[in-house]
Amino acid sequence: MIYREAGDFKTNYREDGRTFPIRFDRWAYFATLAVAFLVVPFVINDYWANAVLLPFLIYAIATLGLNILTGYCGQVSLGTGGFMAVGAYACYKLMTGFPDVNIVFHVILAGGITAAVGVLFGLPSLRIKGFYLAVATLAAQFFLVWLFNRVGWFYNYSASGQINAPTRTVFGVEVTGPTTSAWATYLFCLVFVVICAWLARNMTRGSLGRKWMAIRDMDIAAEIIGVNPLGAKLTAFAVSSFFVGISGALFFAVYLGAVEVGEVFGIQKSFLVLFMIIIGGLGSILGSFAGAAFLVLLPVFLKNVLTGTLGWPTDLAAHIEFMIVGALICAFLIFEPHGLAQLWRLTKEKLRTWPFPY
Amino acid sequence: MFEQFLFAVEVALNGFMAGVMYSLVALGFVLIFKASGIFNYAQGVMALFAALTLVGLMDGQVPFAHLINAVLGTEAHHFGWHLPAVLAILFTMAIMVAFAWAVNELILKHLVNQEPIILFMATIGLAYFLEGFGDLMWGADIKKLDVGLPQGINGWIDETTFNAFGYGFFIDNLDIVATVIAAVLVTVLVLFSQYTKQGRALRAVADDHQAALSVGISLNSIWVLVWSIAGFVALVAGVMWGAKSGVQFSLSLIALKALPVLMLGGFTSIPGAIVGGLIIGVGEKLFEFLAGPALGGATENWFAFVLALVFLVFRPQGLFGEKIIERV
Repeated sequence: MIYREAGDFKTNYREDGRTFPIRFDRWAYFATLAVAFLVVPFVINDYWANAVLLPFLIYAIATLGLNILTGYCGQVSLGTGGFMAVGAYACYKLMTGFPDVNIVFHVILAGGITAAVGVLFGLPSLRIKGFYLAVATLAAQFFLVWLFNRVGWFYNYSASGQINAPTRTVFGVEVTGPTTSAWATYLFCLVFVVICAWLARNMTRGSLGRKWMAIRDMDIAAEIIGVNPLGAKLTAFAVSSFFVGISGALFFAVYLGAVEVGEVFGIQKSFLVLFMIIIGGLGSILGSFAGAAFLVLLPVFLKNVLTGTLGWPTDLAAHIEFMIVGALICAFLIFEPHGLAQLWRLTKEKLRTWPFPY
Repeated sequence: MFEQFLFAVEVALNGFMAGVMYSLVALGFVLIFKASGIFNYAQGVMALFAALTLVGLMDGQVPFAHLINAVLGTEAHHFGWHLPAVLAILFTMAIMVAFAWAVNELILKHLVNQEPIILFMATIGLAYFLEGFGDLMWGADIKKLDVGLPQGINGWIDETTFNAFGYGFFIDNLDIVATVIAAVLVTVLVLFSQYTKQGRALRAVADDHQAALSVGISLNSIWVLVWSIAGFVALVAGVMWGAKSGVQFSLSLIALKALPVLMLGGFTSIPGAIVGGLIIGVGEKLFEFLAGPALGGATENWFAFVLALVFLVFRPQGLFGEKIIERV
């Protein structure tokens, strides 16, 4: 009843191929965008920005990136944390090296540098696949974190080994540094998220995305019908690392402000982003957002319920969170390998005929 | 120059001992991989869990004490008894068998015939669960594990080498014990898989699932058996590492160190796990000794992985592995 497509006729291919072919979806999408851009910035406060919205937006970009590589192209990567670190340190070096250039370009360039590094570590994927490749990407994870920890040039030889984001402005509004306001950082990240999601959606449904999916589904068959595996895999690594690099740069510059690489971009981060795409849905843009939202909200929710309402100690809540996340991963892999996105698809099917199913 | 050489030999020997420890963990991986094609990421956490359980039982800790206290407002933490080590090890073993059964029943049964990468991700989920569960059950503080293994510098080696070269080698007693135990363990495992009925069934399953099924071998019971053995190996590894550096979270990270060992040795070969572990152990210590100062130190973190990566490009099946890897 709420969700109907009767009377929604398409008269040309262009209309048929839109991202949201059903009118209801389209309006929901525009409404979400309108709320995100026009309402949230006026009601946002520091707690919501730092605990929920900023991590959600930034992880959403990383999740989109990993989903392109793992969900669409079928190459499992456990090096996401390392690539986020590349983005963060590239952004830091650019910010301190070229203080007159606008931060927007720094973030985009950081993504580009990460893409180059990603391609480099993606080269073994031409010879190996499956979890052999997953283990090979672990090499990237450990090597990159060690590199940023030990080579002084990357953190400008600061005594603490940390990197700190200097204050930078966009259109005269501070977006990085210690004195930013919540709405500015939120809007800055939101713009990047919307652009990245738009790029990802259009790349994955174009010829590039079809090549990736062909490689994922069966590489030999894909090669026979004329997909170049070298090109498809390396572009997947490049695009994925580009997104991951942007999210790393934002994570450092806008969200945290100061970063110690081993703590922030360790192996745990790689697993977190991998879990987001498993729970959200492999090979789905909507799933990337759903997974990121779920795993950002879950700890906040558990903390509020367990320590806030029940008054349990925080370490207990942390242990229970580990158990729940682990159990959820297994449960999703067993019951719904396509994640929350598939659950949403099924709900839509149900809603189409509700309340008179046939 | 001779001094330098002696140093290098000592470093290599210590690396050899560390390599034995890696091999112990890698062994658990190989066993499960051979029998079920599952790459068990949770092996390291299983070692941690086994060690935690052992310490908890020996000290008579109340399981879930934290949770019970938080819910009921009590102050329980210890039963007040101390179990002898042998008894505690037996109980821990029983718990690991129960764990193997539960994993098989709750997770693996439902994921039969899935792609290896899905199973791999499921074991990552399992690792997370077990990590939280272990901490919840026994507490997250660093514990001291003492099952009566000898520790400290071996005086005999120190004296002998001092008399021979004028420089005493530092070799930890615990490392020697670990080497002996690893050797015994491998011998027992090889004998088991060669000369017992279950061992033969295990090899049959490893060879071909369907053929094994058709001659009447129960896959389920074999998998429970294999996970139990892996649990036992995890317990041994957990005891060794726990005695060396305390039972704590970082114990679970040795699983990550075991991955390059496997790449080097091959995923399907028990001798490969041993040799790979030794190569990685000696290699990373020597590399740190020779090139570490020039590169800024702590190269152990990544040396093994990069070595494995290079290896993978040229010989994907590892040193002793079968040629099962699909080349693209």
